[in-house]
Amino acid sequence: MHFGPHLLLAALEGLVTSAVLALTALGLSLVFGVMRIVNVAHGEFFMLGAVLAWAISTAISGHPAIGFVAALVIAPLLVGLVAFLAEWLVLRRLNYNPEGTIVATIGMLYIIQQLALTFYGPEARPVEPPFNYRILLPWFGYSGYKLSVIAASAVLLVITWLVLTRTKIGLIMRATQYDRETAQAFGIPVERVYAGVFAIGAMLAAIAAVLIVPISQAHYLMGQDPLLLSFIVVIIGGLGSLRGTVVAAILIGLSDGIVSVFFSPTLAKIIATLVVAMVLVFRPQGLFGTTPR
Amino acid sequence: MKDASPAKTYALHLGVIALLFALNFVLPDYHQGLFARIMALAVFAMGYNLLFGYVGLLSLGHAMFFSAGLYGAGLTVYHLGWGVPEAFVAGVACGALFALAIGLLALRTSGVAFMIVTMMFAQVFYLLILYFAAWTGGDQGLVIQQSSRIITIGGASLDLTNPTVRYMSALALFSVVLLITLAVVRSRFGRVLVAIRENEERTKMLGYDTVANKLAAVIASGAICAASGAAYALLFGYIGSSFASVQYSILPLLWVLLGGAATILGPLIGTLFMYYVTDITSGFTSAYLLIVGVALILLVLFFPKGVLGSVRQRWLGWLP
Repeated sequence: MHFGPHLLLAALEGLVTSAVLALTALGLSLVFGVMRIVNVAHGEFFMLGAVLAWAISTAISGHPAIGFVAALVIAPLLVGLVAFLAEWLVLRRLNYNPEGTIVATIGMLYIIQQLALTFYGPEARPVEPPFNYRILLPWFGYSGYKLSVIAASAVLLVITWLVLTRTKIGLIMRATQYDRETAQAFGIPVERVYAGVFAIGAMLAAIAAVLIVPISQAHYLMGQDPLLLSFIVVIIGGLGSLRGTVVAAILIGLSDGIVSVFFSPTLAKIIATLVVAMVLVFRPQGLFGTTPR
Repeated sequence: MKDASPAKTYALHLGVIALLFALNFVLPDYHQGLFARIMALAVFAMGYNLLFGYVGLLSLGHAMFFSAGLYGAGLTVYHLGWGVPEAFVAGVACGALFALAIGLLALRTSGVAFMIVTMMFAQVFYLLILYFAAWTGGDQGLVIQQSSRIITIGGASLDLTNPTVRYMSALALFSVVLLITLAVVRSRFGRVLVAIRENEERTKMLGYDTVANKLAAVIASGAICAASGAAYALLFGYIGSSFASVQYSILPLLWVLLGGAATILGPLIGTLFMYYVTDITSGFTSAYLLIVGVALILLVLFFPKGVLGSVRQRWLGWLP
């Protein structure tokens, strides 16, 4: 292949990564923005979504599309339930103290990871894609499913944006984010909003995982990379800024895709992590964020 | 914190050291080895505690300092053929240098950003170890031969692979660090650190340079953690990238939280307890991480002061 088509292939792969990353990072960003806590277990909710997707799609016989759609609906709901319970049983009792919640979510990370290892095992298992259509470009054929992942992610991002800006639920969430105490004084059930936001954040990660699992297999350690990359995206995009998150996800996904095609993936990760740490040190509000109040 | 007579405090800590010394002759072989490991790792926890307990800075990147010591000592022995004492010094110096660099950068942030920045720098260090696998051995690690783990002073030679020598070396390092941290905490510098934890703005207003004091604490903490890593490499003869992973940043946090943050003996108790809990339960189940996870959540929910923190609150107000 010549350089041009090779670059196109790398860019397409990068866009698939961006699409999944944007959804995962959006979940993390929502939780941080509204609740002001860092959820270290976010990557494990992603992993849980993928593992559940495998379990559901293998339990249902028939055409792979039926199993996949069932997984796409049921897995995020189950993950949301787990997150809701975790919030209710642990985080609420800690009164959302930043350091306490970090330690507690590290605990959740280990618990979920270990349970996945015990009940799911150390193998990486594939989920069959709902359809196997190859789009023939002049230089190479490309999986139609991968393109549909990009489309699905774009649709979900637009829906989230509409919910946040155009509905009453979104208004309540933004009010809680802006000033928790005033929101409470105006009769907003802050505790229920927090539980809901935590569950929705986890569900976004789970949806992203279900979308990616036909491409990369389900494995109990697969939550590590999305967690780190989501942190990177959220920090570069500016904490709590939806537009920044999406732009940063595309930026990171594309550069990750292109750099790992042409250079070593470890080197790509080293550079990305170092750059982000420096951004956080010298420009804590992110590249697109505004100065915090 | 009520003040106790220095005699009482030093008597308690020297008593603990004496007890550990005596245990060498009582413990069965297996537990003797386990205790040597625990004492070496308790040093790691003590270094972490200096920053987390006394200054109130929660770092999620201390695996970097531990592994800087581990690799600083291990690689100089492995590639350059250095002797044990020089390698140990090299390890500690590596840790202190890294701590200086990270401190200068990370202390510009605070709170949650400090945790994430330290975690990211540690991750970069971990990835660098994997990237330079040709020298570091990557995730396979390197084994340091027995022949290069013998100290020769004059005519006498000390073989660090001998269980008793290993136990006594670990105990020596543990005792030195225990007494150093005790002295630091009781000094003027230690009081300033606690003042920064309690109210940084007020400490600044009283005329203390809080940034310089915090930087000094980061370097001291990094050097102690590196000493633990260097000792671990030289005593147990293995270095590997898993020691630089996020898990080794979280373990000292767990040990310190369990034993009691801002207590001198807490790190030892936490390390000892967690090590035995995982050792005993690994007989029934391989779900070691599950126990770590549950312990973290239960501790932070119901026992935020840890074992010695609660003891101090209830009964022994003078405990340092």
